[in-house]
Amino acid sequence: MTLTSIHIIAFGMIAEKIKTKELVLEYMPDTEVLLGYLYQQYPDLQHTKFSLAINKKMAVGKTAIPVGAEVALLPPFSGG
Amino acid sequence: MDRFERQYILPGFGKEAQHKLKQAKVLVIGAGGLGCPVLLYLSAAGVGTIGIVDGDMVSLSNLNRQVLFGEGDLGLNKAETAAHFLKAKYHDIKINCIPEFITTQNIKAIFSKYDLIIDGSDNFPTRYLVNDACVLLGKPLVFGAVYQNEGQVAILNGKGHNSINYRDIFPDPPTAYEIPNCNETGVLGVLPGIIGTLQAAEALKYLTGYGEALVDKMLFYNLLSHQCYTMELSKNPDSKKGIPSSMEALETTDYAVVCGDGDSIDWEEAFALLNKFPGGTLIDVREADEFPKLKGHPYQSVPLDLIDEKHQEWLNSELILLFCQSGVRSLKAVKMLEKHFPGKKIHSISGGIEAPDSPIY
Repeated sequence: MTLTSIHIIAFGMIAEKIKTKELVLEYMPDTEVLLGYLYQQYPDLQHTKFSLAINKKMAVGKTAIPVGAEVALLPPFSGG
Repeated sequence: MDRFERQYILPGFGKEAQHKLKQAKVLVIGAGGLGCPVLLYLSAAGVGTIGIVDGDMVSLSNLNRQVLFGEGDLGLNKAETAAHFLKAKYHDIKINCIPEFITTQNIKAIFSKYDLIIDGSDNFPTRYLVNDACVLLGKPLVFGAVYQNEGQVAILNGKGHNSINYRDIFPDPPTAYEIPNCNETGVLGVLPGIIGTLQAAEALKYLTGYGEALVDKMLFYNLLSHQCYTMELSKNPDSKKGIPSSMEALETTDYAVVCGDGDSIDWEEAFALLNKFPGGTLIDVREADEFPKLKGHPYQSVPLDLIDEKHQEWLNSELILLFCQSGVRSLKAVKMLEKHFPGKKIHSISGGIEAPDSPIY
């Protein structure tokens, strides 16, 4: 991983759909660009609800991604 | 000496914190995989009043994780069985048993008697209902949920007005067929054991002010790697859209429909419809080796994987009713068949063969 990349970590069924728990991607400026890329690469994600966190803080709406950030893809769980 | 000595001698906890626990009134929703450890540890810690709400009955497949119950409890109500067990263990706390499912109709009356709510339910309609009621009634909520080998814990609505609630994280409920529950995907019993124990720990910390509780934070835990990930939650402007404007509005909200479960009917309605439409078809979409089998009613057995392939068989059925173990796979089958037969009467039977009103009981 370099400072010009984004480190993606995925949880639950998101990790199943992208078939890995971790990904290193080329730098992208904000969450909209990132989501566009993810939806294109993994069309299954379009039908899945999940939340995003950048460097362990939940990101709402279009949010800038700092260089070298860790972005988490966080789905809801319902089991009990 | 009393049974709480080992915790009040802890530096920073003390008799004052113990007194706060004695005064606390905590409601536990669901005496299942999460609820069992929550109940065991809250009662052991001396929480003065504990309510247990669960309308479900103990079944054999629950026993790997619902550790309050044993083979002798099969078919018994979970809230009653748990309450009976805890009352026999401790004389110095009050246990209230509510042997019902939480609904839009009973939630206000039940919540009004408690000052902390712990969600150990197992489905999105209940989780969104509980969240919305906590927001409207101003109750803090200890949230916990599991999926396969992972779990989530958070304290929501913990700072009064403008606190983070569940809809800030996930504004719209996923549909029931989008994300399966434990009955569908399997779970090692220790995972809800760990997550439920974390919920109990957070409840004790929140009630006493001991340590730093997960207020407005969500912890993710992975059983296989023991990795933890804690994120700071944020307010989401979309969260308000989904929450009813008042408790009166909540009472008329259909959370099953909100969560895309609107194609579901119960067993009573299913048999009434089959009587009305004698040309209707009842289909079990489970695998052949799944039990219990439905008895006394004609049905076809077609596993979910084959539903698409075999759909032509039901071209002339005026009604198609589908069931499985708990109502998730049958909902997926509804979505598949609706594509082939738009407009046809196709329903999933809510809760499946394990539903409280299932003919197997």
